[in-house]
Amino acid sequence: MGRKEDLYPGFRKENVNSMNTTKATPILVVENIYKAYGKTEILKGVSFTVNKGETKVIIGPSGAGKSTLLKCINQLIIPDKGRVFLNGEEVLHSHSQINRFRQKIGMVFQNFYLFDHITALENVEVALLKVKKMKRPEAREKALKELARVGMKDKAHLYPAELSGGQAQRVSIARALAMDPEVMLFDEPTSALDPELTGEVLEVMKDLAKEGVTMVVVTHEMGFASSVADEVIFMEEGKILESGPPIQIFFHPQEERTKKFLSRISELYGELNRNG
Amino acid sequence: MDSLLFIYQELLPELGKGLIITLKLILFSVPFGLLTGILVAIGRVYGNYLLSSLSRLYVIFFKGCPLLLLLFIIYFGLPSLGVIFSPFGASVLGFILCNGAYTSEYIRGAIQSVKTGQMIAAQALGMTKWQAVFYIILPQAFRRALPGVGNEIIYLIKYSSLAYMLTCIELTGAGKIIAARSFRFTETFTVVGIIYLLMVYVATRILQWAEKKFSYPT
Repeated sequence: MGRKEDLYPGFRKENVNSMNTTKATPILVVENIYKAYGKTEILKGVSFTVNKGETKVIIGPSGAGKSTLLKCINQLIIPDKGRVFLNGEEVLHSHSQINRFRQKIGMVFQNFYLFDHITALENVEVALLKVKKMKRPEAREKALKELARVGMKDKAHLYPAELSGGQAQRVSIARALAMDPEVMLFDEPTSALDPELTGEVLEVMKDLAKEGVTMVVVTHEMGFASSVADEVIFMEEGKILESGPPIQIFFHPQEERTKKFLSRISELYGELNRNG
Repeated sequence: MDSLLFIYQELLPELGKGLIITLKLILFSVPFGLLTGILVAIGRVYGNYLLSSLSRLYVIFFKGCPLLLLLFIIYFGLPSLGVIFSPFGASVLGFILCNGAYTSEYIRGAIQSVKTGQMIAAQALGMTKWQAVFYIILPQAFRRALPGVGNEIIYLIKYSSLAYMLTCIELTGAGKIIAARSFRFTETFTVVGIIYLLMVYVATRILQWAEKKFSYPT
């Protein structure tokens, strides 16, 4: 046991209780999502609920369907079956509806996907101007505020190609935050980064969790998961195998497959994973 | 001395009139050719089956038709269907259709080279597909297509001389008429050639400026 606690130095014991103490207001409800490509079933009925201010971390081996699940939430991938509710309203993928929902569901991608032809500032601004139809001075002010929030205000004038991976990812977080989303989805936000750059991105995400931003995070950063998550969801082969507070998932996993996955991860990342 | 006198007193004033027509042909054809190219490329990549097929047919037809023949069809052929153009109008229409077909191919290639993540990120922010195309994809694609599109504009400057075949007396046509009248073929066509060279030079510089203006760090 002692050895394991060494692995997760940032572990917050109070996480165990926080779920019971906070008043649970469901923001995002995911109900029985199925998705198949041809005969390959990616998601086989996934359901979970995210309450306001909560951070959910989804872990699991690659190919488990974690990224597909996130993309089904904002209908970048349209699920075959199942429903998603945001603030009690069903997220529909019809043209007239979906863009309204997507504004409220921020998404951060593994490869940042910053718009290459415009500066960091303009990246944050563009959706405020074109989607939210803000006036330019107002949009600029908001964009600078969000860049400051991720510590990128002094790099606002740089183009994506001039930023390091960590900086680019922080700008992409600011871009999503600027829309004032109800929930933020992170799809392996540090997986494309050099190890020494993951820290700055995880720091920003930790701050957001502290500020009470509602987040769903797919990640392999177990240190982050153990210190920030209110609940950890373990997925494999398109299903949720088990979920619970981090202390339970990391120290007392019920499922054999969860145990196997965690021991494999700690072998792989082990001592490196001290960002938590 | 005699030649210089001829050039100054007779040739240049006459060529000047033709040059103005040539410049008008170019200035009308380039923007609309570009616009056609952009719209056809967008239709081909992002349009539904019908729009995409129509765009493809357009490109096949106008790339496959010799420009001179196209001009003849518009000017001499269409009147039998009751559609009548002036020589200038027929020329401009022909140039736009031809230039648009080639330009669309450059822009289509450039659109397809923009990484798919750009569209996904734009849609995740709540942009519609068309907002993403106009604000995110096209600006990047246009930058990449610019060298090819610029080449087409330079071709257009030179093939504008085909308007002469429809009795639209532009630079080459004006030169031909003076040469035939004065029998000074060498001087006339040399000067005409130099004027085309200058036009192409100016266009090249403008395009270089545009490439620089639209460039961004990659």
